Amino acid sequence: MQYNWHWKVLLEAEPGGTGTYLQYLIVGLGWTLVTALAAWVIALAVGAVIGTVRTTPLKWLVRLGNLYVEVFRNIPLIVQMFLWFFVVPELLPQAIGDWIKQMPPPWSSYLPAVMCLAIFTSVRVAEQVRAGIMSLPRGQRMAAVANGMTEAQAYRYVVLPQAFRIILPPLTSEFMNIIKNSSVALTIGLLELTGRARAMQEFSFRVFEAFATATVIYLITNLIVVLLMRALEKKVRVPGLIAAQAGGH
Amino acid sequence: MFTGYDFDVIQRSLPYLFKEGMVFTLTLTALAMVGGIFFGTLLAMMRLSSIRVVSALAGGYVNLMRSLPLVLVIFWFFFLVPYLYGAVRGDGRPIAIGPFYSALITFTMFEAAYYCEIMRAGIQSIARGQVWSGYALGLNYWQTMGFIVLPQAFRNMIPVLLTQTIILFQDTSLVYVISATDFLGAAAKVANRDYRLVEMYTFVAVIYFVISYSLSLLVKRLQDKVAIIR
Repeated sequence: MQYNWHWKVLLEAEPGGTGTYLQYLIVGLGWTLVTALAAWVIALAVGAVIGTVRTTPLKWLVRLGNLYVEVFRNIPLIVQMFLWFFVVPELLPQAIGDWIKQMPPPWSSYLPAVMCLAIFTSVRVAEQVRAGIMSLPRGQRMAAVANGMTEAQAYRYVVLPQAFRIILPPLTSEFMNIIKNSSVALTIGLLELTGRARAMQEFSFRVFEAFATATVIYLITNLIVVLLMRALEKKVRVPGLIAAQAGGH
Repeated sequence: MFTGYDFDVIQRSLPYLFKEGMVFTLTLTALAMVGGIFFGTLLAMMRLSSIRVVSALAGGYVNLMRSLPLVLVIFWFFFLVPYLYGAVRGDGRPIAIGPFYSALITFTMFEAAYYCEIMRAGIQSIARGQVWSGYALGLNYWQTMGFIVLPQAFRNMIPVLLTQTIILFQDTSLVYVISATDFLGAAAKVANRDYRLVEMYTFVAVIYFVISYSLSLLVKRLQDKVAIIR
């Protein structure tokens, strides 16, 4: 292999005039996280509702929930990204569509990117929530109703609090996925970490320095998220379940 | 709602979309699936190996691939493969290989990490006694794996492997970032040329949905068929 490494490029100024290339990439990580976090909040809220609805005895709501899940699970993420960016503003009332399209640069791609990632991930969250609720013994809900709770109260005070604590570990990996998936937003012009590594490669012609730095930043981010989530998992573990005893790893 | 839209553009570009684009997408999916399952199985065997170095190497590779975004990996291979190929074939200068082979190598290597985890679970689900009886019959490691463990692991894991393949089929649309003409790439070219973004992208979404959803229904039916009744 003939490749002349030139790591000092990271300390050179990037053409946009915002600082060094390294700073440029770290700001990219900031955009990755801001996009992923905003999408994550919406995904959790929507996913929790859809997942819960699919376990109720309300047939029409269940069907609607299933339809939602199948639609957003069977269209590739990048195509959904294009739908949110190119198609949705055209289908909305003209005033709103124009407002979205005329937002200043990062926001006009940020908003569609967040919506896309949120809805895409909400489907997976919904599946986890549903699985979590189904994994509870039937007796829990029955006991709640026998104690005089309404169906809604049984969900609120008995079923959901347990389900959410059970599904936390799988939700961690969904959060990692949303961070990784946010890189697809570069196709609609959002300069997040991967997008900025690509831009740096185009400005400086330092292909592997750019991608290697981005790779290292992603790995460190992963590590931090895993450690944080592990601490959180320990806190919310349900005492008495098998998972609760498997501590120390 | 649909005034001012021109849905004829879809009909006009159908041959291009399917004969160029969809053929690219399906070929890439099929070849990457075969390659991915092959290397994934090898990686799974390595991860389960009792030789520390081997299992650490495979584990490191799988974890690395699984913690990076696919888009970044596509860029890596797009630029890296010409250098590697140049080093092997010529005087070390990079040789261009085109988007298809670049994408094929990327998806094979990337999906191998995911298939590996599936095959590892499959192999681990086989009862230990199966391996012992293989050795007791005088078979060596490769024979035990090839004739006893892997066939059962495959059968158990067929539905999961196919579900992963549906994900692979959807993921191939990301070759858009290296300007390959897959189904989405072809549609994007027509969309930008005729300025028919709404029509083309809606059509692309519908086609992807129909294919992925039908495949997932097929997998569900297959799942009932291949289930081993114990």
